[in-house]
Amino acid sequence: MTEPLIRFHDVDFAYGSAGDRSARPVLHECNFRLDPGQRVALVGPNGSGKTTLLHLVVGLLRPTSGRIEAFGRTRREEADFHEVRRRVGLLFQDSDDQLFCPTVAEDVAFGPLNLGQSRDEVHRTVAETLGMLGLSDYADRVTHKLSGGEKRLVALATVLAMRPEVLMLDEPAAGLDVEATERLVEVLAQLPQTMMIVSHDREFLDRTTTGTIDLPGLPRKDRR
Amino acid sequence: MRSLLQPPARNALSWIGRIDPRARLVLAMAFSVLIAMADRFVVLTAAIGVMLCVTAFSGLSLRLVVGRLLLLNGLLLPLILLLPLTTAGTPLSVIGPICPTREGLLLGLTVALKANGIMLTLLSLLGSMDATTLGHALSHLYVPNKLTLLLLMTVRYLDVLHAETLRLRSAMTIRGFRPQMDGHTYRTYGYLIGMLLVRSFERSQRVVAAMKCRGFRGKFYLLDHFAFSRRDLWFCVTSTVVLFTLALLQWR
Repeated sequence: MTEPLIRFHDVDFAYGSAGDRSARPVLHECNFRLDPGQRVALVGPNGSGKTTLLHLVVGLLRPTSGRIEAFGRTRREEADFHEVRRRVGLLFQDSDDQLFCPTVAEDVAFGPLNLGQSRDEVHRTVAETLGMLGLSDYADRVTHKLSGGEKRLVALATVLAMRPEVLMLDEPAAGLDVEATERLVEVLAQLPQTMMIVSHDREFLDRTTTGTIDLPGLPRKDRR
Repeated sequence: MRSLLQPPARNALSWIGRIDPRARLVLAMAFSVLIAMADRFVVLTAAIGVMLCVTAFSGLSLRLVVGRLLLLNGLLLPLILLLPLTTAGTPLSVIGPICPTREGLLLGLTVALKANGIMLTLLSLLGSMDATTLGHALSHLYVPNKLTLLLLMTVRYLDVLHAETLRLRSAMTIRGFRPQMDGHTYRTYGYLIGMLLVRSFERSQRVVAAMKCRGFRGKFYLLDHFAFSRRDLWFCVTSTVVLFTLALLQWR
């Protein structure tokens, strides 16, 4: 049996500090594993913790209790997650949150520069990544002037420029028209990465994923 | 704000626009300091003359330059009118109880010349630069990373904030909101600003999260490097000569 890429052991998570009356529990005894090559859909009702789960994987949030294992090691501290963030690419729900540099090229270069690539390497990475997604003409475009669909693809490019092994996409098709969605499906089909996709769009998920993880959400009385 | 956010198209760059932004930034600083310190009319008028020439090559529209100068001088007008009345010195003439002085008039004129000179300097050398380039140039001149980052982020998110404000405003309008002089209006604007602050704060947290996911650890790397060409060198040499000539005229 292959080693899972990511594995949750009885993970609990609540927003707000423990013991606080206003704390809002989101995940309770969550267990799942993601194996290499899998393409899974993460589904569940609003507020069931899908985005929370993705943020837990890359260490933007820390579990209240339980254990998170990634690439064969248990991850607890901020420093443990630096490596995870390099190997797991997370696409945010709102592309405006992800694109913060003035131009497309600079935004795509941001990750590789942080990884310590040389300038020549960075320019090559940017050109390759944009070329792969058919965005070569966009290099000098201003990010905040792009359309919704273009923003989503450029955000995907910024994530792919890190050469991640796992892609986690948070509502990638939300707000896209038929044509943009079509293009996204085609792009995703060509990518070699293991994927985990959060979406409410059943048809989109049927076309992009092969398995499903169901987050039932906590019973109402626990959710407050 | 528009002109700040919209970088000029690359092929439409003016002669000044093609000079290395770092050189322009340093020279703009130097000229501004000189003009601020000088008090001889010859020097001030000469500086304005030089800057008018530079402005002519900066590719800025006449309309924009005149507009900015009119605005500035409109603000200065009360000062120029009041200074002769409030400064002690030789009286020019006595009109009833009002007694304008020569010293006051000269002081007012000096202030006006300085302000116009500095405005022209900044307009011609920096006005043709978009905010992003300015941020990069500052960063290359060793201005602290945090400050330039703040500038670049502001430029990037100003539009998003503006769009958010418009969305909230239209949400208010479609439910029949008409601004009036009453408590309801003020309270509503309070909610609008409060909501904008909350949303901006939350967005900033999501942006930081996105940056962390891409390996951000506090240092912002720049992709583009400016190239210092022969033309930039000539521009710098000529400007420095002009700068020293003006300084000599002032402090000889």
